[in-house]
Amino acid sequence: MEKWKIVHYINQFYAGIGGEEKAATPPEKHDGHLGPGMAFAAQLKDVADIVGTVVCGDSYFNEHPESASPVVLEMIRSFSPDLVIVGPAFNAGRYGMACGMVAKLVDEELKIPAVGGLYAENPGADLYKRYGYFVETANSATGMRQAVPAMVGIVRKLIAGEPVTEGYLPKGLRKNYFAAERGSKRAVDMLLKKLGGEDFTTEYPMPVFDRVAPAPAVKDIAKAKIALVSSGGPVPKGNPDRIESSSASKFGKYDLRNIDDFTAENGETAHGGYDPVYANEDLDRVLPLDVVKEMVAAGEIGSLHDYWYATVGNGTSVANAKKYAAEIAKELLDANVNAVILTST
Amino acid sequence: MVKEIERHGLPVVHMCTVVPISLTVGANRIVPTVAIPYPLGNPALEPAEEKELRRKLVRQALKALSTEIDDQTVFKTL
Repeated sequence: MEKWKIVHYINQFYAGIGGEEKAATPPEKHDGHLGPGMAFAAQLKDVADIVGTVVCGDSYFNEHPESASPVVLEMIRSFSPDLVIVGPAFNAGRYGMACGMVAKLVDEELKIPAVGGLYAENPGADLYKRYGYFVETANSATGMRQAVPAMVGIVRKLIAGEPVTEGYLPKGLRKNYFAAERGSKRAVDMLLKKLGGEDFTTEYPMPVFDRVAPAPAVKDIAKAKIALVSSGGPVPKGNPDRIESSSASKFGKYDLRNIDDFTAENGETAHGGYDPVYANEDLDRVLPLDVVKEMVAAGEIGSLHDYWYATVGNGTSVANAKKYAAEIAKELLDANVNAVILTST
Repeated sequence: MVKEIERHGLPVVHMCTVVPISLTVGANRIVPTVAIPYPLGNPALEPAEEKELRRKLVRQALKALSTEIDDQTVFKTL
């Protein structure tokens, strides 16, 4: 049997181009494998070859998805692959989004399978899991040694033409089947059990819709008290509370009364998930304190809460982010804040 | 964080660059920003121009906070 041709999509970091400072790297392609592609090539060598690797900077792809997508697609297509491997991206948000978008392109335009790996909370997972076989991974690259064989297992099944029925994030696609009893009977049986207080198993678990109704709009901003919050990690110079650059264990609360403008001397970012150069030069680029203060002085905004709140969104769990926000919200309500501007990077 | 603050009854506007993430997680008022490492800035501009850009974005955020909405809404700055 002819060996399958596989293209691997990775980001600038795994390609060895650089870290966050190279996250704006536009798409490029290379023959053969790069970075983690070596492990895939070795584990698949009897059935497939990694014929090419397509690389794109995480910020580049996420900031220009409409222009990056066709370029990446054509680069992948140029290798005439039978299958594409994306990532694994673990919990890296931009990388997971890019992997997901590439899987969608590959699925819809090339009509070949995509296999990837994502942590369940990666934003790319919910959005794109239906477009590929995404193995559920650990939340960081320490899980590479488990992720690669799991992904390889799925690739092997696809090459062998075997059904792939488990070991990946459910795509949410429906498969029809013939049941022994018809639906009306099954529904009544289930209802009788429920009414009788017996255990029953739903045939269709309800998805969890965690939506919040929009809060009423501010009637008059010129009379309102605004507060500034950020997940982009803006902190006073020196990061006095030592907020972590990833998986923040806390948020900081900082007095802004004596700062009218951020400079390289009084502010910096604690966030490790984006190139910090620009925020360190001028933190107003993440927390717009300078213009908000001017707008308060000019009467456009009623007043500004005395403190800003910051944490680092990079890899921070949803549960923790929720916890910090709940504490912040209570303080804001106590301080009679009317509305919040929350910035993210 | 946006949703949790809003759950307490405060209107929140999410100023962020990767809007699809904000939409997926359920922010209601969203203002798209410039870039991931500098959402409210642009180092390619002269400082005065950059500050004006920031002011425009913040004004859009205030507009979002002042607009009644029924559903998730992205307030693009023109």
